[in-house]
Amino acid sequence: MMKFATLLRKPPEWMLLDGPHRDIVITSRVRLARNLDGPAFPGFAKKEDRTTVMQELQPVVEGLPEMKDGFSEDLGALDAIRKQVLVEKHLISREQAAKSGGSAAVINRDQSLSIMINEEDHLRMQSIRSGLDLRVAYAALDRVDEELDGLVRFAFHPRFGYLTACPTNLGTGMRASAMLHLPGLVLSEQVNQVIAAVNKIGLAVRGLYGEGTEALANLFQISNQHTLGEREPEIIARLERVIEQIINHERNARRKLVEDQPHKVLDHVGRAYAALRYAHILESKEALTQLSMLRLGSDLGILPSDLGRTIDTLLVEIQPAHLQINSQRKLGPEERDVLRAETLRQRLAGVPEPRPESLQPPVDPEPPVI
Amino acid sequence: MQCDVCKQNKATVFLTQIEKGKMQKVNLCEACAHAKGVADPKGFALVEMLHGFGHGEKVATQPQERTCPNCGMTQTTFRKTGRLGCGACYQTFGEGMDQLLKAMHKGVRHTGRVPGWAKVVGRDNDRVEDLRVRLEEAVAAERYEEAGRLRDEIRQLTPPETAV
Repeated sequence: MMKFATLLRKPPEWMLLDGPHRDIVITSRVRLARNLDGPAFPGFAKKEDRTTVMQELQPVVEGLPEMKDGFSEDLGALDAIRKQVLVEKHLISREQAAKSGGSAAVINRDQSLSIMINEEDHLRMQSIRSGLDLRVAYAALDRVDEELDGLVRFAFHPRFGYLTACPTNLGTGMRASAMLHLPGLVLSEQVNQVIAAVNKIGLAVRGLYGEGTEALANLFQISNQHTLGEREPEIIARLERVIEQIINHERNARRKLVEDQPHKVLDHVGRAYAALRYAHILESKEALTQLSMLRLGSDLGILPSDLGRTIDTLLVEIQPAHLQINSQRKLGPEERDVLRAETLRQRLAGVPEPRPESLQPPVDPEPPVI
Repeated sequence: MQCDVCKQNKATVFLTQIEKGKMQKVNLCEACAHAKGVADPKGFALVEMLHGFGHGEKVATQPQERTCPNCGMTQTTFRKTGRLGCGACYQTFGEGMDQLLKAMHKGVRHTGRVPGWAKVVGRDNDRVEDLRVRLEEAVAAERYEEAGRLRDEIRQLTPPETAV
């Protein structure tokens, strides 16, 4: 099995690949909620029943071919910082990080699949891919679901579908989402209109770390709200169509900004470059905002095009738990801000200065993937 | 502040209602307030809305509380937490579930993936749909004897809480 240190050191597969529309869509994720037929759901089960379920499921999940040489740990065996690192890497939920014994996380070697045991449901399985690639993310998860279906008996009702602790997940138990970087829509003050429109058609918009979190770094998670009444491929196709439209809006907004307000764009990117290269104290929120502008600069040709990947890595690395685990001690907020600035200065040291003369509108979108 | 119903939009409608001496508060966004008919105070009961149950059902006056025989979850706890205790709870608290689900989802019937063990049951469902169509035809054509037979057959194949 993989050690925690390896998990921490190894970048996840999605970060190394360039999925479709990678300039705007950072990742696509799909998760399935499943429960065993019979035992009470984790939130209501007695401790010993929860433990029994975990003892049954953990070896089954670890034994899946996809999980070979992966990471598997009882949450009770991980300290708060290690759990938070997994949250910051989007491998477990904040809800699961709050749990201790009787709950486990199993993660595959390339960190594209993670399975939480005894979160809100007995099983929460997640698949994550680079760019807009929901169908492939679902296919990977569907295989795991199929394998598990042969090994355990899932709670299911012919009319309600897969039974879940919360009725909002009932039916398919599927939540598909994409993380979108929308600086163009934010700078042109159109993002709220887009969010309102997306909400109206039964999709949810959330911040960087899920429900109730702020949209930091101009990152927005768009996901399906409904899980019952539609087939999985229908839900995914609908979500994908909406996301493709948002991508077009974002590209148009960027194009218009470059054409109408080039100085505003150059100013934002220039200030971001200066702050990230030379600041000595950076709060999380400011660092994330500036990284977003740097990424925009890279997308628009003012900064090297391969900078995007470094930025996506940094978005995770400058989070509090990552800073603390890399410095191997607990840090107060002020110390973290100093260390964050230091990390950013070091990691961005080789980046050449912005080249205003290279500013160019986004290239026309690739033909839609059908 | 977040809307208590959709948990997403900003709450702009703040309601306080006193029922049987108990105060209930709820924060809603405009869309949910409209969808729940908050604009019409006569047709609106806060407690019921929070749990998505029908207007006809009385929340506080049930003499004996419904409890899940499998896990021991009670109606009160379910309503308070919005979470069910186990799979069997969907059977136990099935009444009123449709309304709850209608407010949350695209439909009230699962059409997606089915686990291996339930595929046999799935075939029964297809048969029920077929029987229902034939029943409607029989009724329309006033073939009441046949309609009665079809109805009995449907009852046999349908779990109690889904019977019509």
